[in-house]
Amino acid sequence: MKFGVIVFPGSNCDHDAYHVISKHVGQPVDFIWHKETDLSQYDAIIVPGGFSYGDYLRAGALARFSPVMNAVKDFAAEGKFVFGICNGFQILCEAGLLPGALMRNEGLHFICKHVNIRVENNETPYTNEIEEEKVLSIPIAHAEGNYVCDDETFHQLEENNQIVFRYCEEDGGVSEDSNPNGSRSNIAGICNLDRNVLGMMPHPERACEELLGSNDGREIFRSISNSIATLVS
Amino acid sequence: MKAKVYVTLKPSVLDPQGKAIHHSAELLGFENIGDVRQGKYFEIALSADMSEEEAKNTAEKIAKDVLANPVIEDYRVELVTG
Repeated sequence: MKFGVIVFPGSNCDHDAYHVISKHVGQPVDFIWHKETDLSQYDAIIVPGGFSYGDYLRAGALARFSPVMNAVKDFAAEGKFVFGICNGFQILCEAGLLPGALMRNEGLHFICKHVNIRVENNETPYTNEIEEEKVLSIPIAHAEGNYVCDDETFHQLEENNQIVFRYCEEDGGVSEDSNPNGSRSNIAGICNLDRNVLGMMPHPERACEELLGSNDGREIFRSISNSIATLVS
Repeated sequence: MKAKVYVTLKPSVLDPQGKAIHHSAELLGFENIGDVRQGKYFEIALSADMSEEEAKNTAEKIAKDVLANPVIEDYRVELVTG
């Protein structure tokens, strides 16, 4: 089992993702420079957080033209796992691998804090080790995390159970108060129809150590590694 | 030859930045302002060797594929010749 973490100019959560895969998942992992075009040796690709290309034009808009993104599209089409976190989620939306878009936060501020998210669907490779409706404490750090999509897309997301995480209260209640950025229907993370591509704004790789205030993120990474192990065996 | 490209949020998309600008203008004492919407403006220099049609098509394609995100934005291209 091998993981790859893509590095764009301006990525800054690549080392956190690398650390979690090597230390907590205990699997081999490589950094992959954005000019790479061969991903054949990997089982899962992480598109990490940060400010690829300085967020020029729109967050994630320019990264989608990096050479590696064509390889990522092919990789996803083969059913392999592509996990976008924060800027990675924005890039996957811009690249058309996930529906919708991420806009400026409703309150305009850059928000950096721990939030609660509820697992809405635990039948995905990213959540199958977690109880449904379990509340996870995971930090967010973004200015453009306001998930938008048209009505038709939203109904499809709901119908096909593609909404994987929603911002919620500590007790799991989904309310306007627990929505940090104005995201439609408190959406914090979604997957594609085939469930192999997932994007989320919160940073599970920053919630894998007790010292950092939460290790709830480990459950997501444990799910991914078990899903790969099941596929490979 | 030059193309001017205007990228604006679709009318159905809320614009928090436009709202904040509206609020600031009101604080400055400007009254009777309706909605303020923020957008982006680009100028693209195009080779004079192209026909106007080619230039317009090129600019349209750049606007569609690079400058605007069709999920949330519309775009408009104007060609300036001479």
